[in-house]
Amino acid sequence: MTHHDSHHGHGPDDFISKYVFSVDHKVIGLQYLITSLLFLLFGFILIMVLRWQLAYPDQPIPFIGNLILGSTGGVVTPELYNQLGAMHGTIMIFLGVVPLGVAAFGNYVLPLQIGAPDMAFPRLNMMSYWIYLPGGLLMLSSFIMPGGAAQSGWTSYPPLSIINPGQTVWLLAMVLIITSSLLGSINFLVTTLNMRAEGMSLMRMPIFVWAQFVTAVLLLLAFPPLEAASILQLMDRVAGTSFYLPAGLVVNGEALKVSGGGQPLLWQHLFWFLAHPEVYVLILPAMGICAEIIANNTRKPLFGYKELVGSMMFIGGMSFVVWAHHMFLSGMSASLGNFFLVTTMIISVPSVAVLTCLVYSLKGGSIRFTTAMLFALAFLPMFGIGGLTGLPLGITVTDIYLHDTYYVIGHFHYVVVTGSIIALMAGVYHWFPKWFGRKMSEGLGKLHFWTTIVCMNGIFFPMFITGLAGQQRRLYDPTAQLHNLTTQPLNVVSSVFAWLLFLAQLPFIWNFFRSIWHGEKVGDNPWEATTLEWACPSPPPHGNFEKPPKVYRGPYEYNVGKKAAWVPQHVAEVKA
Amino acid sequence: MSATATQALGPSKTTTGIPNGKLGVWLFLTSEVMLFATLFTSYIVLRMSAPSWPRGWEELNVPLAALNTVILITSSVTVVLAYAAACERDKAKFNAYLWITILLACAFLVVKSFEYGHKFTHHHFPSTSIFFAVYFTTTGLHGLHVILGIAYFAWLSYWAKDNWDHELFVGRVEYGGLYWHFVDIVWIFLFPALYLL
Repeated sequence: MTHHDSHHGHGPDDFISKYVFSVDHKVIGLQYLITSLLFLLFGFILIMVLRWQLAYPDQPIPFIGNLILGSTGGVVTPELYNQLGAMHGTIMIFLGVVPLGVAAFGNYVLPLQIGAPDMAFPRLNMMSYWIYLPGGLLMLSSFIMPGGAAQSGWTSYPPLSIINPGQTVWLLAMVLIITSSLLGSINFLVTTLNMRAEGMSLMRMPIFVWAQFVTAVLLLLAFPPLEAASILQLMDRVAGTSFYLPAGLVVNGEALKVSGGGQPLLWQHLFWFLAHPEVYVLILPAMGICAEIIANNTRKPLFGYKELVGSMMFIGGMSFVVWAHHMFLSGMSASLGNFFLVTTMIISVPSVAVLTCLVYSLKGGSIRFTTAMLFALAFLPMFGIGGLTGLPLGITVTDIYLHDTYYVIGHFHYVVVTGSIIALMAGVYHWFPKWFGRKMSEGLGKLHFWTTIVCMNGIFFPMFITGLAGQQRRLYDPTAQLHNLTTQPLNVVSSVFAWLLFLAQLPFIWNFFRSIWHGEKVGDNPWEATTLEWACPSPPPHGNFEKPPKVYRGPYEYNVGKKAAWVPQHVAEVKA
Repeated sequence: MSATATQALGPSKTTTGIPNGKLGVWLFLTSEVMLFATLFTSYIVLRMSAPSWPRGWEELNVPLAALNTVILITSSVTVVLAYAAACERDKAKFNAYLWITILLACAFLVVKSFEYGHKFTHHHFPSTSIFFAVYFTTTGLHGLHVILGIAYFAWLSYWAKDNWDHELFVGRVEYGGLYWHFVDIVWIFLFPALYLL
C-alpha cells in the first residue's frame, strides 16, 4: 500500500482477501471468534465422553457408543481416557478461552475502543491467526495419528510425557500456538501504546483496554519460557537428550537408554512460570468485559476506575512470583514454600479489589437486566466462589490434603468456566450488535443464561465435595478406591449436568447464527454506551471511523452532571 | 502497512512518538530475552545439580569459537555501517554493507558446521551427555536466529532494489540491526558459558 491510500471504506473486494486472508482487525477478530467457539465445543464434547467413564465406569456408552468408539464397543479405554483428559485441558485453555478472550474480543473491540483505524501491524495480525489455526488443527490431528493424542495431562509432566506416545505432536502444536500468541501480544501492546486517538490518554482508556494491555504483557513475558521448555522436551523426545530425565529410569521392567542427568522438576518450574500468569490471561479479559457491561447497564460510572487499573497491573506483576504454589507437593524446601504461600495470599488482594469495585459499581444503579448484564452479574458471585476456594490450595498446610483432588478441579473450573467463559458469553451478547448490526434474541438469551448457570453449578459444585472426600483427579475409575464409593452418586450428578449443559448451549448456537441474518436490526449504539466502539457504524467499515475521532472525557460518563443522561467520549460539549 | 495505518491518525504519527516498528522490535526482543533467559536458567540448574561437569575447553574447540565471536562482532559493526549508509541516502553503500553482514553471518554458520561435524565424527551427539544436550540445543537455537537474520537482510536488499525509499529503509535496517545485536549478545553469553567456564 502507498501513502496515498485513503484508509476509510476501501476494503478489498474479492472473497479471499476480504474474508480469508484479511488484514482487517474486525474480520480477523471474527475468524478468531468462530474458530475458538468451535474449539470450545470440541473440547466440551471430549469431556462429555470422559464424564461417562467417571459416572458409569467400564460400561459401554449407550446409543452413540458404537458410533464414536467402534473398536472398543463403546467403552472408554484407559488410553483414550488419558487422551481425552489431556486434550480437553489443552484445547479449552490454549485453543478456546485464550484465543476467544484475547484474540477475538481484543482484535475486534480494542482498536475500536481507542479510536484506531486498525491494529498497528495488520499483516502480523493476519499471520497470528494463520499460525494459530494450523497449530490448532495439528493438535486435533494427533487423535488420528499412530499412538493417539498426548496422554500426560495438559501439564505434560516428565518423565511420563517423554515416555508416553502422542506428545511430539502436542509439543509441535504448542510451539505454533505460542508463537501466534506472542505475535498477537506484541501487536496489542504497540496498538494500545501507539494508535490511540487524539485525547485518549491512558487514564481515559476503557477498563477492557487496560485488561487487554496487562494480558498482553503477561503473554509476552510468560509464553517464551514455555516455548523454551517445550523445545527442551521436544529435544528429549526427538533427539534423545535427557533434559528432564534422571539416570536409572525403568519403564515396563526395562532400563531406559538415556544418558540421564536431567531434572524432571525443571519442567514443572518452567511450565508453571508460564501457566500461572496464564490463569490471569484467562481471567483479566473477562474482568474487562464485565466492567464494560456493568458500567453500561447500571448507567453510572464504574466505582474505582483508578483502583481497577492499579489492581490489574498489580495482579499482572505478582502473577510472575506465585508459580510454585502448584508444586508444594513436588518437593521443595519449607522456606521456599512459605515464600510462595505469602505471595499467593498477596495476589488474592487485588483480585478481591477488582471484584469489590465491580460489586460497588452496582450500588445505587438503575440496572437494565439485559442478557449480557445477567451474564456479567453472574460472573461476580461465581468468580467469588472460584477465588475463595483457591485460598486453601495456596496455603501449604491445607494443600497437602487437597492437592490433586477433585477440589482443585472444582476450584479451577469455577474460575475459568463460571468466571471466564460466563464473562465471554456476556461479551458475545453485548458486542453482537456491533459485529453484525443486529441484536441476539433476548428471550433465547435468557433461556440460555438460566439453564447454563444452573448446569455449570451442577457440574462443579459436587466436585468440591468429592474432592474433600478424597477422590483423586486423573483417576480412570473412581470406584476402584473404596473411599470413593460413598461419593460416586455425585460423579453421576456432575456428568448428567455436563450433558444437560450441552443441551443448554443449543439455544445459544441457534440464536447466534439466526441473529446474524434475521436478528432485530439495531442502530450504531443500541445500548446507549459511551465508549468509542459505539461511535462508528455497526458493523464498522474498513478503517472504522469516518474521520479520526477526538476524545474529550473519561470512558464512563453515565449520569455525570445534570445536563445529559450519558455522554460519549467523543462528544465535546453537552448542550443543555 | 503500519505507515498507512499511522497516516490515518494524522500528522502526529504515533501517540508516543516512537515508530510502531521500533516499539514492536523492542517488545519482540523482550520476549526473546525471556526465551534465552529460560535456557540459561535451565543450564545453570542442570549444571548445579550435576555431580560432575566436563571442562568446556577440553570438549569444545575454543579457537574456532573465538574466531566466530570475532566474525559476529564484526557483522554487528557492518550492519551499523549499513544503517549509517541508509541515513546518508547512499543505496550502493547500504547494499554493500548489508551483503558483507550476510557473508559474515554465513561464515559464522560455516565455522559452526565444522564444529558440529567434528563433534559428530567423534560420536558426540545431543544424546551423549547432558553437557552436549545443552551445547547443541542452545547453539542450535542461536544458529536458527542467525539464519533468520540472514533471511531478513537478504530480503531487505532484494526489497530495496526497486522500492528504495531511504526514510523507510533507515527504519527497516535499524530494526534488523537491533535484532542482529541481540543475536550477537546471545552468542557473547553462550561463548564463555559453554566453552570457557
